[in-house]
Amino acid sequence: MFKFLKLGKIFEISSKLTKYIFVLFVLVLTIGLTEALILSPEDYKQSHSVRIMYVHVPAAWMALGTFSAIAFLSISTFIFKNKNFFLISKSLAPSGFIFSIIALVTGSIWGKPTWGTWWAWDARITSMLILALFYLMFLLSWKVIENNDKAIKISSLIAILGAINIPIIKFSVNWWNTLHQGPSVKILNDTTIHSSMLIPLFIMTAAFALFSLLIFLMKFNTEMIRIKNKGLDRL
Amino acid sequence: MVKKVKLRILFLLTIVLSAILIVFLILKSLEKDVVFFLSPTDVKDLKIIETKKIRVGGMVKDKSISINSEKVNFIITDFKNEINVSYSGSVPNLFSENKGVVAEGFLEDRNYFKAVKILAKHDENYMPPEVKKALGEK
Repeated sequence: MFKFLKLGKIFEISSKLTKYIFVLFVLVLTIGLTEALILSPEDYKQSHSVRIMYVHVPAAWMALGTFSAIAFLSISTFIFKNKNFFLISKSLAPSGFIFSIIALVTGSIWGKPTWGTWWAWDARITSMLILALFYLMFLLSWKVIENNDKAIKISSLIAILGAINIPIIKFSVNWWNTLHQGPSVKILNDTTIHSSMLIPLFIMTAAFALFSLLIFLMKFNTEMIRIKNKGLDRL
Repeated sequence: MVKKVKLRILFLLTIVLSAILIVFLILKSLEKDVVFFLSPTDVKDLKIIETKKIRVGGMVKDKSISINSEKVNFIITDFKNEINVSYSGSVPNLFSENKGVVAEGFLEDRNYFKAVKILAKHDENYMPPEVKKALGEK
């Protein structure tokens, strides 16, 4: 598995990459925010509150995508005891957690002027809260459980069980009557967001993805330094 | 080694499948509470009129809003059935005719609902005002 030399090599690349990703992130975020906050038009119905959508929707996408990735990595960690994967899923979790919180908070800020309430125990909102709790459980399991082998097993199980929630979040708005609106960006049908709003949405998504990658690399580097300091040549 | 991998796959499958089953059964039995609101048709189909607080949602019927002295009356429709709603208080900005709404309150009978809170439901359409205008003129 991870030889020390190989670990050093990966570290060299990933620490260099961090700088480039950071520059790219700042660039894309600047373009995205200018588009979303200044250049894009207001909505016919909700006027300027639509701008919250450019943060809310990409954050929710990232939170869901990251958790799915963690779940897949956890399955292979659990079954094949692949020690390369748990480090990746452990490093992915913090940004995913932050994005799930951002999605909940911005949703609440948007909900007050549009729906007339900060919070509703609606299927979409509640399942998203459960996702945030699963992220928290996953992150805490690493802190609470001291034995590394045990932590790998238990955190993997948390991620795999939490993944059951992912399709529930996605389809909650289709399965039940919810206060939350249905999907606007659809794969099979026409998207119901005008292109002048869809483009800033995608740029912001790219910016958030870069942010996730940046936090992931930083966390990954920290984990590798920790392993190095322990004087281990493998995990 | 291979046998152990197989055992782990089996273990994982059992856990995941039973968890899915548990979640499914819970959601199925709580379906009445998982839905955020009832449609007017659901209200018509209610066997008993409960006195506890419920939510009714749908579209605000065209030209049905009437406002007199702090009291707002309107009709919620799902294009099959309708229900009359009365409410006193302030409504959210997005509350308007031909738009989604969720009213929280008490059923007087199958046709009359006394709301204590109004939530506006937003739909999945986003567009600039000019585009909306152009669409409307078509």
